[in-house]
Amino acid sequence: MAKKSETKFEDALGKLEKIVTQLEEGEVSLDNSLKIFEEGIQLSRLCAKKLEEAEKKIEILTKTKEGKITKRPFELKDE
Amino acid sequence: MFNEKRVYKISEINKIVKDVLEASFSNIWLEGEISNFKFHTTGTMYFSLKDEEAQISAVMYKNIASQLRFLPEDGMNVLIRGKLTIFLKRGQYQVTVYEMEPAGKGALQLAFEQLKERLLKEGLFDEDRKRPIPLLPQKIGVITSPTGAAIRDILSVIGRRFANVEILINPVRVQGDEAPGEIVKAIGEMNKNFPELDVLIIGRGGGSLEDLCAFNEEEVARAIYNSRLPVISAVGHEIDFTISDFVADKRAATPSAAAELVVQNKQELVNTIRSYRSRLENNLRYIFQSYKSRFQRAKDSIIFRKPFELVNQLQQELDNLTDRITQTITRFIEIQRGTFNLFAEKLTVLNPLAILGRGYSVTYKLPENKILKDTGNISLGDRLKIKLYKGEIISTVEEKQEVK
Repeated sequence: MAKKSETKFEDALGKLEKIVTQLEEGEVSLDNSLKIFEEGIQLSRLCAKKLEEAEKKIEILTKTKEGKITKRPFELKDE
Repeated sequence: MFNEKRVYKISEINKIVKDVLEASFSNIWLEGEISNFKFHTTGTMYFSLKDEEAQISAVMYKNIASQLRFLPEDGMNVLIRGKLTIFLKRGQYQVTVYEMEPAGKGALQLAFEQLKERLLKEGLFDEDRKRPIPLLPQKIGVITSPTGAAIRDILSVIGRRFANVEILINPVRVQGDEAPGEIVKAIGEMNKNFPELDVLIIGRGGGSLEDLCAFNEEEVARAIYNSRLPVISAVGHEIDFTISDFVADKRAATPSAAAELVVQNKQELVNTIRSYRSRLENNLRYIFQSYKSRFQRAKDSIIFRKPFELVNQLQQELDNLTDRITQTITRFIEIQRGTFNLFAEKLTVLNPLAILGRGYSVTYKLPENKILKDTGNISLGDRLKIKLYKGEIISTVEEKQEVK
């Protein structure tokens, strides 16, 4: 059930890890290393973006008798 | 009462004894161990209570039995309140039970253990069916009391870490009879109306066993089990273990621990990504360096600096080789010629016909062409062939002289 349309965070992180190890092993040709380096940088930017994506929001549901549910901001002192 | 015999009828005597018993033992507490327990389809429970020496039969009618919070079992030590009576039909002495509690552990504790046993057997606690908590939960549903300690702890942890996570609270009672139903409804709502949530935190602050009992209800356990969204159960303090902890996908010791789990993952991930980033850059720089130095070494090599030098060297080497070849060849020919001449001279010397050159000749008897050495074996008229140095003569024997 991939909620996010583009690549999921976990997959991007996994690919990034593979690229880093590949470069570290060193048997990569020059142009190839350039290509996967580039891909690695993009993946790291994607992961960072996903981490910052959700803004801080705290909401609480209110439920009417008929079962209608609405969201509204929640403050701790709220009763 | 003079000696006239007073004879009772059976039903009469049973009735009298029943009244006497019920009058004097109408409300007593007994403790004993349950044995041969039968739960009749009519809802009545029949069993006996025994101690080391004696036993008494007991009966608990439907209206009382149905309110029991636990299921009595053979071997269970119980405390009962009831009255002594006689089952008239069979004159059986028994106790009618009005109230029953497990002796030692309370009813709640026993109910907890029985339910836990049952759900364990059903596989609700199996590890392999538990869903993994997403690596980066950012939209979190929280099912707890809006005014309780739990939500306060969760928000304070998140606040302290100023983590940008979205929290959606589904306010429920966490105590009292309505609590289980509300929790179950809330789980349903979150799954149905807010599928974009990454995870659900369900729990409450600390409390007594009674306070936490909503989280030991079977309906709550099943709702957690059936929730599509992964569930973190965070009930009470560190030491409290509830059924929902066992069935949830992840147990957090306390609500703040649940929040730590969520936010701590995020911090770790940020660091991991930063470290991957720097390792990427270092590695690329390293690879560049190694290629550059390889290239450098090649460029500096002699071939490129003085390209002709190599050619000259090779040229010289070539000349040198050709000289040596010609020398060896000529020497080789000299030797061959030498040996050849030697052989030729030897040949000529050994050549039997060479002597002819000095005037000798060789005579053959024809037709056998046999060399003649004495006249003995030839006769007049024979034909001879005489081989001279140059040419041959065919002649006939006219005369021969024996040499003695």
